[in-house]
Amino acid sequence: MDEKKLLSIENINVHFNTRRGVVKAVRDLSLHINKGETLALVGESGCGKSVTAHTINQLIPMPPGVIESGSVMFRDRDLLKLPLKEIQKLRGTQISMIFQEPMTSLNPVFKIGEQLADVFLAHQKMTKKEAHAKAVELLDLVKIPSPEKRAMDYPHQLSGGMRQRVMIAMALASPEPGLMIADEPTTALDVTIQAQILDLLTDLKDKVDMSILLITHDMGVVAETADRVVVMYAGRKVEEGTVFQIFDNPSHPYTLGLLNSLPSNEKYSDSSRLEAIPGNVPDLLSLGEGCPFANRCNYADDSCEKSFPHSTCIEEEHNIWCHKADDVKKTKGPKS
Amino acid sequence: MNSTETLSNNSVNDTGDLIPDESPFAEHWHQLKRSKTAMAGLIIILFFVLVAIFAPVLAPHDPVIQNMEMRKTAPFASEYILGTDDLGRDMLSRLIYGARISMVIGVIAVGIALFFGIFIGLISAYYGGWVDKVIMRLVDIMLAFPYILLTIVIVAVLGPSLTNAMVAIGISQIPRYIRIVRASVLAEKENDYVLAERALGASDMELMFRSILPNCLAPISVQATLGFGSAILESAGLSFLGLGAQPPTPEWGLMIASSKEFVTSAWWIVTLPGIATLLAVLGFNLLGDGLRDILDPRMKD
Repeated sequence: MDEKKLLSIENINVHFNTRRGVVKAVRDLSLHINKGETLALVGESGCGKSVTAHTINQLIPMPPGVIESGSVMFRDRDLLKLPLKEIQKLRGTQISMIFQEPMTSLNPVFKIGEQLADVFLAHQKMTKKEAHAKAVELLDLVKIPSPEKRAMDYPHQLSGGMRQRVMIAMALASPEPGLMIADEPTTALDVTIQAQILDLLTDLKDKVDMSILLITHDMGVVAETADRVVVMYAGRKVEEGTVFQIFDNPSHPYTLGLLNSLPSNEKYSDSSRLEAIPGNVPDLLSLGEGCPFANRCNYADDSCEKSFPHSTCIEEEHNIWCHKADDVKKTKGPKS
Repeated sequence: MNSTETLSNNSVNDTGDLIPDESPFAEHWHQLKRSKTAMAGLIIILFFVLVAIFAPVLAPHDPVIQNMEMRKTAPFASEYILGTDDLGRDMLSRLIYGARISMVIGVIAVGIALFFGIFIGLISAYYGGWVDKVIMRLVDIMLAFPYILLTIVIVAVLGPSLTNAMVAIGISQIPRYIRIVRASVLAEKENDYVLAERALGASDMELMFRSILPNCLAPISVQATLGFGSAILESAGLSFLGLGAQPPTPEWGLMIASSKEFVTSAWWIVTLPGIATLLAVLGFNLLGDGLRDILDPRMKD
């Protein structure tokens, strides 16, 4: 494995066997995260972002979930082949996770100091007192005011933003954090708090030298925090590049649509309405072999329905998966 | 959602210090204090518990020593305040020691039922699938027997004695606890904090017993309190039928059974143990209902 890469996912397929049929949640997905970088996984609800994240630390409920093929290499080990015991050791130490809903992601019957200390005690040998001191230290690190007092609080006594900070602290309660998976960490928070949390995450990433897999549907969040971006649509990767490449030169029709649907100040001055991508996400049960975006795409023709395209390299590290890459390039001209 | 409203208002006093909120326990205690019936139940229970603990100090006589010259003495007529029974034993002392036996019965029967109920219910709900199906069908089978019949069958198999009666009552209460634990674990395990803790490396055992179980204690404690009362009542029933405590044990049910022919001639021998049983069971039921009102969110307005 490449020295730079911390995590490398190769061609994973994740299916869910439901009563109505097989839901192909993630198809042929490959991505990698370099050491110390933030990779944003972008896409609308139901496109397989969270499933991808849960594949990494094996949180997919099986059954009904099935990881059909592929590998997830993390620090030279294939996580898909590790026994559960080993995965449990990795969870919370080298791969930690924070969730979308800070309001419900903390155990309501324990003080937050206790919960934090528990994470230490689960993975390291130390006394309860040491663990508590460490917990307070972490609360301070995530900038919770008067951490000694707050450690004695129950989750319901904290605001959403504070709870998300506690969640982040729990994810950091490890001697060697490697990868933090942040599954829509700011979706449930106020806009003002969002910025604080994102700043905190970026700040901590440098402090403790970890990588972040940031899952979001919010292009604003992506622009603010990510180094590289992977755009997903209906379980497929459709575009990949650095954050500058994606924002300056979006090349897949779906990415274009995503960026156009962002509200911006310019558009307000034009007093024009927000642009939406027409149509809906296809039913994952009845996906064909073609490009899943074809039915909503302005550029699509018959060839798009037949097969999923190979990658087209736009520039270094910037790839899209589209049959009509050339057409898109020609028409969007003035936009970029 | 009473509790969160009152609790999340972390107020700041004049000096700017945060006044810490109460723990959930303190909050529930406050609510409990406001419920008159629950407090009445609690006082009754405390009374019986204290009597049970200090029985040797409180009892004026030995509960099994017979005084043949003073048989069937009426209450308040002699040194025996509550009179004597048909064998001249002090009623008051027998009632006091009876409280001790009843409390022990409650603790052991509820203890057995809780232990197995929680363990089996947790496993059933947490793992689901065929494990759950098998356990729930076995529970259905146990519940298909009339409750008292099941208890009698178990005692009949084990042999009639007070210990076996406790075990039998405990065993036949297990299915209720399994169902209650299973129901609340099924609801709790879907919560985000369970997934979050799993993502932080918690094992199945840690998730079951350290994360989920503490969140299910409310309905369990209600059932345990009510179960305590019914265990006392059932052991009295078993002893009445001769399947529980054996003479001369001062067990309330046995006292009623062995003196039932005197109900017209010496009413106190039959009535007093009956009243004692009634009071004890009433106390647990009042407290149990009060707890349910506080702890069960569905009962909240």
